[in-house]
Amino acid sequence: MFANLPFITAGILIIIGIVTIVTQHNLIKMVMGLAVVEAGVNLMLVATGYREGGAAPIFTNAPSTEMVMPTAQAMALTNIVIGIATTALLLSFILIIFRKYGSADVRDMRRLKG
Amino acid sequence: MKKVLTWIFVAVFAASLLLCAAGLEFGAPAYRDMDDYMIAHGQEETGANNIVTAVVFDYRGFDTLGEATVLFTAVLGIGLVLRTLAMEDEEYEYE
Amino acid sequence: MNMSSLVRTGAGILMPFLLVFGFYIVLHGHLTPGGGFQGGAVIATAFVLLMVAYSYEIIWERISLEFLKNTETLGLMLFILTALIALVAGLAFFGNWLLGAGGLFGTPVSYGINPGDLNTGGVIPILNIAVGLDVLGAMSVIILTMLFAVRRDA
Repeated sequence: MFANLPFITAGILIIIGIVTIVTQHNLIKMVMGLAVVEAGVNLMLVATGYREGGAAPIFTNAPSTEMVMPTAQAMALTNIVIGIATTALLLSFILIIFRKYGSADVRDMRRLKG
Repeated sequence: MKKVLTWIFVAVFAASLLLCAAGLEFGAPAYRDMDDYMIAHGQEETGANNIVTAVVFDYRGFDTLGEATVLFTAVLGIGLVLRTLAMEDEEYEYE
Repeated sequence: MNMSSLVRTGAGILMPFLLVFGFYIVLHGHLTPGGGFQGGAVIATAFVLLMVAYSYEIIWERISLEFLKNTETLGLMLFILTALIALVAGLAFFGNWLLGAGGLFGTPVSYGINPGDLNTGGVIPILNIAVGLDVLGAMSVIILTMLFAVRRDA
């Protein structure tokens, strides 16, 4: 249908993640939205490097020497690892917040007590 | 009022993002000189069959060093943050 | 809380295969899809499998957090050391000082499409192993620390 359907799919994924972050009140759901944004960005990166009829850039028993772009895939790999690190850090912050307030709802932690 | 502002922001953001996405061309990247050079010369310059690994560990080694540092810092931060939580029990000895 | 004995036996059978598969991905990082990060993540899932199957006390006794921390530090130091030796060899930082020299990982690679030889790649397999150790230690420490922090609720 569309020639650039992967880009539109990546855009829709990023929009879903942003809407989740903006509208939800639960902290765990906001982290889930951030993970969806990361998935959209990864799809965007890999789709940027795609070349028509290209194979994966690996020479071991490759079907042809027409290959897709390796740099975009390396950037996606970097993004995945950093996404794991930030998600783990955010979840441990949520653990602390839940133990302190007894809830993961942002409306319950308005009071800035020390 | 706040909800209206939220949805206006979401609508503007979504419209601009989808407009940008619809304008891109799929399957024919414009700037391909660097990647063509890596595919053509990667094997003789790095000795690896997997060009993605060659990019990650040889051409962009500093990037990977920073990535490993980010992972290390995340582990450090999680250890620091959860240490207070774990020390609420006195029989629990961290480290 | 322990899972049923079926789950525990299955985890015990699957754990060595997961470890072997993870180390295969790490070691063949310069030939096949994969590399240090992916293989380290696969090995970390083996620890997650054990944590799902067994109770908190058994994990706390059997798996040493110190050992995993030392593994991570060792991986990062091996990574930086391998990059620094290139300065001694007269190349730039992260230069490939083992390429084509013969010996360990030094067989000259045949250009073009080839079936692949494990003993090629110069410094890249060493960096793969270093990053694999780093990621294995880091992700296991993250998951184990989070388990130890919520053990009263779990």
